[in-house]
Amino acid sequence: MENRKNAISFHLDVSDFLPAEESEKQSMVVMRESTSFWKDGFRRLKKNKLAMISLFVIIVIFIMAFIVPSFYPYTYEQQIRGSENLGILEYSAQEKARMEDGESVFPHLLGTDSLGRDTMTRLLMGSRISLLVGIIASAIILVIGSTYGAIAGYFGGKVDMIMMRLVDVIYTVPDILIIILLSVTLKYPLKDLAAKVPGFQWIDTVGVGLISIFVVFSLLYWVGMSRIVRSQILTLKEQDYVVAAKALGAGSGRIIRKHLLTNSIGTLIVTTTLQIPASIFTESFLSFLGLGVSAPMPSLGSMASQAIGGISSYPVRLLAPAVMISLIILSFNLLGDGLRDAFDPKLKN
Amino acid sequence: MVVYAIKRVASAFVTLFAVATLTFFLMYLVPGGPFLAEKAPSPQTLKALEQKYGLDQPIMVQYGNYMKRLLMGDLGTSLKMRGQEINGIIFTRFPVSARLGAMAVLVAVCVGIPLGSVAALNRGKLPDNSIMFVATLGIAVPGFVVATVLMYTFGVKLHILPTYGLTSPLHYILPVSALAFYPTAYISRLMRSSMLDVLGQDYMRTARAKGISQFKTLFKHALRNAVLPVVTYLGPMLAYILTGSFVVEKIFTIPGLGSQFISSITDRDYPLIMGTTIFLAFLLITMNVIVDIAYKIIDPRIKLK
Repeated sequence: MENRKNAISFHLDVSDFLPAEESEKQSMVVMRESTSFWKDGFRRLKKNKLAMISLFVIIVIFIMAFIVPSFYPYTYEQQIRGSENLGILEYSAQEKARMEDGESVFPHLLGTDSLGRDTMTRLLMGSRISLLVGIIASAIILVIGSTYGAIAGYFGGKVDMIMMRLVDVIYTVPDILIIILLSVTLKYPLKDLAAKVPGFQWIDTVGVGLISIFVVFSLLYWVGMSRIVRSQILTLKEQDYVVAAKALGAGSGRIIRKHLLTNSIGTLIVTTTLQIPASIFTESFLSFLGLGVSAPMPSLGSMASQAIGGISSYPVRLLAPAVMISLIILSFNLLGDGLRDAFDPKLKN
Repeated sequence: MVVYAIKRVASAFVTLFAVATLTFFLMYLVPGGPFLAEKAPSPQTLKALEQKYGLDQPIMVQYGNYMKRLLMGDLGTSLKMRGQEINGIIFTRFPVSARLGAMAVLVAVCVGIPLGSVAALNRGKLPDNSIMFVATLGIAVPGFVVATVLMYTFGVKLHILPTYGLTSPLHYILPVSALAFYPTAYISRLMRSSMLDVLGQDYMRTARAKGISQFKTLFKHALRNAVLPVVTYLGPMLAYILTGSFVVEKIFTIPGLGSQFISSITDRDYPLIMGTTIFLAFLLITMNVIVDIAYKIIDPRIKLK
């Protein structure tokens, strides 16, 4: 490629005609140790540097979001009087006095906000919320989408036609509008439910905003997944092992669960991984508009939204959640791409 | 072709009907009705108000009335802005958003397509790597982050561009670039992969072998074929720009339909939320139908079902 003057010239690439190296020959040997699907995929994934770096970043963020806050000296809702509006690594007058008395005071790594809450813990808790939303929403989408798609693809014919027509309709519904509408209107019935019916108090702790996000995801966002799974099942169900399973008397449910979905596991993993950043994207957008999680619970979107007013004096309050959310989405995107190349090369376009 | 168009339009009507119905019943879910504001009105006033807006009738009758008015293009009146017709509000607000959105689409297409092509033609070299680095970053950064960072650097720190309102051409630069950032990145990635695909096709080699000039092969053969997938992205792009406008208009305080929609949500002005939702849904669904049909006309290779 390098020797070519431009992409559409006829010059041959000399490097294509060099004798094969030892490692290249090795890859052509047919008689080698048999590898499993997973081993083969991970071998390919490990070669992809970008994906491995993203995986490392994701693990670090997970540790910071889920483990660090439990022993961090400040909590996300704790308002420290006298420590309002501190800059990075600044101490308030009281804290300085305490330090002079010999007490050790944990520094505010990213300062505090206008209510005296430590920005670093809020950032970590916000990342936790974003990650949770991404993962739970993707899990919901995975379950609904793959079941629906598998049923439509396996049974085919009229069942397929009717089920896919419904998918087409949902696909054209403007999703963000419906999400906004639902999170506006679901607030009251859900609050009622939490207040009146025993056993539903958990709604208050999770937050009505988050629940309506999940409801919307499970109502609307599974259609993409179901289309992908259906097309996968359509080709898989023609395979001989499906005929064999049928001949041995396996029911439809067993064939779908044990044979068809298991064999499309690569597609399922890739689509779910790429769904996580998309869900996080939507959650942060809603929180930014004030429709997501309810205060005092922080979310990266709502933190950024609150920081806009003081952007000229305290830019770090905006930049910290902004960088964090971009980092999370970027690493999930890159990891998803890497997984796709490793486990599902056919999907690459 | 005609059959396809008719089918597509019919299914668009079904979707629109479903959205309108869903909107109506969701709004009905809100307890206490729209009049239970901060200070509750007396029972008599409430009754009079309910009578005036027809809220004392059974829900199916209300639904029928609502649908009838909707068919005639009447979206009702706003609650918070006393006596203002929602049609009028949309009529004054929408052109602002439309201008902003159209400019963003233009920027995204005019910047994204050349960038993607340049990247594909220089595959594996510095221009390709740098363009793809920015594009990968671009699709990972949420719109509100782009908008606020742009506002902070150019408006607050450097003081070279205005940060709120839309009174001069200079005012358009920041919001339009914030709005166009993600679609530009997406289009250049799309364009790069489809360009690479086209460059490997046999007809490209034939064209070169026939002795057609490089300029002509690039523009007449490669670009025209490679641009097709970008057309399919136009539908999702419109949806993105629409939702992006909510955020961008809020950040840059632009008096468009997006910021109006957001403030109607915080004001809990239900008829206005409902009307705007239906209007925007209508807009998006219509645009999608147009894009779909246009795509079939442009690319005859796609089978018509």
